[in-house]
Amino acid sequence: MNTTIMLFLLQDGITNGAIYALLGLALVLVFAVTRVILIPQGEFVTYGALTYASLAAGQMPGTAKLALALGIGAFAFDLFVARKALHGRLVVRSLITNVVLPAIVLALTIYFAAQKPPVAVCIALSLVIVAMIGLYLYRIAFQPLAHTSVLVLLIASVGVHLALQGLGLLFFGAEGQRGPAVLSGAFTAGALRFTGQSITVYAITIAFIVGLWLFFGLTLYGKALRATAVNRLGARLAGIRTTLSGQIAFLLASVIGALSGIMIVPITTLYYDSGFLIGLKGFVAAIIGGLVSYPLTAVAALVVGIVEAFSSFYASNYKEVIVFMLLIPVLLLRSLAAPAVEEEKD
Amino acid sequence: MSALLSVTDAHVAYGKVEAVRSVSLEVGANQIVTIVGANGAGKTTLLSAIMGILPLKGRVAFAGQNLARLDIEDRVAMGLGLVPEHRELFVTMNVEDNLQLGAFRIERNKAKASMERVYTLFPRLKERRKQLAGTLSGGEQQMLAMGRALMGEPKLLMLDEPSLGLAPIIVADIFRIVTELRASGVSVLLVEQNAQAALKIADQAYVMELGEFVLSGKASDIAANERVAASYLGFQHEGANAI
Repeated sequence: MNTTIMLFLLQDGITNGAIYALLGLALVLVFAVTRVILIPQGEFVTYGALTYASLAAGQMPGTAKLALALGIGAFAFDLFVARKALHGRLVVRSLITNVVLPAIVLALTIYFAAQKPPVAVCIALSLVIVAMIGLYLYRIAFQPLAHTSVLVLLIASVGVHLALQGLGLLFFGAEGQRGPAVLSGAFTAGALRFTGQSITVYAITIAFIVGLWLFFGLTLYGKALRATAVNRLGARLAGIRTTLSGQIAFLLASVIGALSGIMIVPITTLYYDSGFLIGLKGFVAAIIGGLVSYPLTAVAALVVGIVEAFSSFYASNYKEVIVFMLLIPVLLLRSLAAPAVEEEKD
Repeated sequence: MSALLSVTDAHVAYGKVEAVRSVSLEVGANQIVTIVGANGAGKTTLLSAIMGILPLKGRVAFAGQNLARLDIEDRVAMGLGLVPEHRELFVTMNVEDNLQLGAFRIERNKAKASMERVYTLFPRLKERRKQLAGTLSGGEQQMLAMGRALMGEPKLLMLDEPSLGLAPIIVADIFRIVTELRASGVSVLLVEQNAQAALKIADQAYVMELGEFVLSGKASDIAANERVAASYLGFQHEGANAI
């Protein structure tokens, strides 16, 4: 092997790894705050990517309608829960966030889809649509189960994943799509060629990680999210609603997923079901981080990306197998290192 | 006048086992009320149910409002605070963040003033404000748990075994602060195994045995009661001497 190939593979691996890092961080965040293992993370990726690609191609994405439908469902849930003590302010607030907002976004999407909007508009719309889907999904599928066990939440999570994947097939068809690059152009440095897109991936990943770090370290809501993750009862006794933390976590996860999709889709053709495998690789990184450590997850994600790049060069048929095999030694080590299995509290 | 907290005919059950049976209790404004009793009498269960952590059959009213349909967070916002037995601190966060989160439901500028008040009550916390909560000593953790609850500006603070496992000198400190709280207008519902110390500072007292109140009345009368003295006060030398 020569150095040039090695550098290429490394570069490729780091680009993918950066995206897995974002996804892995989102998984750790959602699990820490809500105890949900977010299998549908991959669907957020495909939804973001394909919504973006459809909009850029001047097609109307079905996800905008799904957001409105889910929003109406979430509104109905809110009304049902509060049925004994309905008061105006609560109803109006729920109506605005769950129905009016997605209706406006749907109208904007219809308006823009007809006229091949600029890239920035496509990105913004895709992010908002997927963010709303994430938020309403939490309200409909996970909030009513918030007090149940991790296993029940996992089963719900698998169900949501299957439903979203089916809907993805309905909205986008079985054909793969590619989107326009966020940043076109390229430059070379030595033997390496950096495309505008890979630079975008690095820049957005770093910006997002720094942004999350500031959010968790400095803002009251970020600290509240951490508090819920550290001690759920303690957070409730401080007046921090578990549902609020859950909403923020899902909002962040869906935005991160959609953003990852938008960054990948100019590089690789994505199908309605591609997201699952991408999400799983973020999951491998999250597991290596023990579903608790953010820095370990980020580093593990880079390793996953690099291993994937090298294995697709040397043994492309086995590249997924090799990536997922990374888990086995980690799980072995973890099971040996952990002194005892702690029973689930609360 | 109506009491700040009134619990009427409360039952709390874990599955089929009733841990608290037919308990009624009142806490008035500016009062320290204590519930004393042996380990396993149901004191912690009762406090958890009043806070909304466990389901309760019966009626609980706070500041004249029925709490039945309210979540823990709503009760906190109404001015009901609980410092639980296990403190439930955010151990990987520093003292100041823990306190700041205690004021999650309070306006930002008010929270600043609250923090100053807490630091005046517990100067130790101010010294350690950048230290992680998990690295504090037991006494400091208890102070932080109380401080965090006070940040939410409660009208009634419920303390579950604040003296448990602490050195006598720190216990004395905590009991002194409880009386200071009453002076500043915060009512306290104090659950204690250290009956002698608790009865000394309380206005009203209830004695709990096997899930029921067997005695209630003025704290001084309860302290003088022979049966209580025999069951609960004989064993409490260490903590009591420090006060």
